[in-house]
Amino acid sequence: MSENLIEFNNISKFFGKVIALKDVTMKLKKGEIMCLLGDNGAGKSTLIKTLAGVHKPDEGEIVIEGEKTVFDSPKDALDMGIGTVYQDLALVPLMSVTRNFFMGREPLKGPPFLKTFDIEKANQIAAERMGQIGIDVRDPSQAVGTMSGGERQCLAISRAIYFGAKVLVLDEPTSALGVHQASMVLKYVVKAASQGLAVILITHNVHHAYPVGNSFTVLNRGKSLGTFNKKDISREELLGMMAGGEELDKLEVELEEMNRINN
Amino acid sequence: MSDKAKSIVSKKTSGQDERLKEVSKLRLLLNRPELGAVGGAILVFIFFGIVAGDTGMFSAYGTLNFLDVSANLGIIAIAAAMLMIGGEFDLSIGSMIGFAGICIAIPAIYWGWPLWVSIIFAFAMAVLVGYFNGILVVRTGLPSFIVTLAMLFILRGATLAITRLITGRTQVPGLRVLIENDPIAWMFATDTFKWLFTWLGSMNLIALRTDGTPLATGIPPSVIWFIAATLFATWILMKTRYGNWIFASGGDKNGATNVGVPVGRVKISLFIGTAVAATIFATIQVLDAGSADTMRGNLKELEAIAAAVVGGCLLTGGYGSAIGAAFGALIFGTVSMGIFYTDVDTDWFKVFLGAMMLIAVVFNNYIRKRVTESK
Repeated sequence: MSENLIEFNNISKFFGKVIALKDVTMKLKKGEIMCLLGDNGAGKSTLIKTLAGVHKPDEGEIVIEGEKTVFDSPKDALDMGIGTVYQDLALVPLMSVTRNFFMGREPLKGPPFLKTFDIEKANQIAAERMGQIGIDVRDPSQAVGTMSGGERQCLAISRAIYFGAKVLVLDEPTSALGVHQASMVLKYVVKAASQGLAVILITHNVHHAYPVGNSFTVLNRGKSLGTFNKKDISREELLGMMAGGEELDKLEVELEEMNRINN
Repeated sequence: MSDKAKSIVSKKTSGQDERLKEVSKLRLLLNRPELGAVGGAILVFIFFGIVAGDTGMFSAYGTLNFLDVSANLGIIAIAAAMLMIGGEFDLSIGSMIGFAGICIAIPAIYWGWPLWVSIIFAFAMAVLVGYFNGILVVRTGLPSFIVTLAMLFILRGATLAITRLITGRTQVPGLRVLIENDPIAWMFATDTFKWLFTWLGSMNLIALRTDGTPLATGIPPSVIWFIAATLFATWILMKTRYGNWIFASGGDKNGATNVGVPVGRVKISLFIGTAVAATIFATIQVLDAGSADTMRGNLKELEAIAAAVVGGCLLTGGYGSAIGAAFGALIFGTVSMGIFYTDVDTDWFKVFLGAMMLIAVVFNNYIRKRVTESK
């Protein structure tokens, strides 16, 4: 099935005796949003770092557009079109929108050896790109620190897309955001997918994942509990699977008990 | 949270976010890092204009005098500012000045090297010291404050020990005669625009000596270096890719690394920059005085950092400007010279220096809050 844009087949990763990931398989088509769900310690971070080329998988293979690929470094992954947006976003609050957007990949102009940062072009592209998301950057030289959390997240995603990401890996893009901000980010993610990108959205928040995801992979203690299409699973079922349903049931019983005592 | 509650909350927040934020030109100006230093410099000039306007402080001679002092400090302050923007400190600047001085004087006087070779040798040593500082900070991950504090002692001690070992003294005089006809020394030792001052003198527009030559003979080399350094540093910071990397390295080391900025190389190059600036300072002073002194440049590192801070650099890195540092240096130079023209005891100078720094830090802190926090 080479119509998949990217496949991760039976990926395992061990750290000494610890099995961080075991036999995780994910397949994504263009325009698909897969939500990777898991509680803390489920192996989400290890999986992200494997996707981003930071870790090499100990078992399994990565297939991009039908070709088997090995990432030797994060740069390899980037060159193959895997754009990872980490939780810290790699944005500098004191720097301007433009300077952040092109950080490390500044457009240049001028003669050799005297090349300068083409700030006009950069400003124009940055403003244009932010405008496409619906963030009106009146002044692209304003500091990123003045932007809201959602706007920053969108800026980081937009940057990854601009620099050639075909597969977006988003690490907890909504975790620190309020409802409105989160919905702004999720809207943008949906829009990016509709333009042909594959998106892997990593989150522990089912409420954010469920409305936008096409499929859901649940990680628990390093193992995939399977991938489910949206029509096959409900929000509650996902939630139960993620946290281990029993635990939530137990919590409910305990809370009821407390209420009874308090009253 | 129920769906009903969610819709209420979302309505409320969306209403807040869609209001328009008016940003006036004035507010934008207020966010510039050099604002404090430029404003401070204007205040200082107004103050001395009132207090010492008729004393000769602002005559051609007096002006060049305080400009010379400001320029010398400015050369190292600009390099220190760039390093601070890159997120690091260099406390070894002052010691490097002393070290560079004897690197010029001992080979030239005791080993018979041509002066220009000695000068190049001093700059080569500066690159080495800067590289060593940089690689130590980058590799060990130790705070540059500690690493360069160690270098402060090591360099000063080595300067003293080597000089006394070779010369038996702590001063190396006798350089003045070597300056003439040297292919490089003129760059650090020649007053420029002499014709202008001769002409101004002949028109009786500036003060003359009894023999009819003007009291102020030309623009000292330090001022030319200072202006060149300010322009060069500003160009780098604002207009080049490397400049963007400097801000990024100081603003968020991990973030910058993640997007491919070679943070280590940027920092090492900035450490080389401060050591080279210290050597420019040393060369100008050594050739001007005609002698090297092992104590030359003592405490200059702190003045340079103070000027950079007054100029709007944040101690935490990622923010600041070369123009700001230049104005910071101008404030210190003007006050340190201007105080002689007033009735104020010069002992008070350091009190002023400290107070100025405190005000600057409080002001800059406020600016940073404005810039980084959304309204």
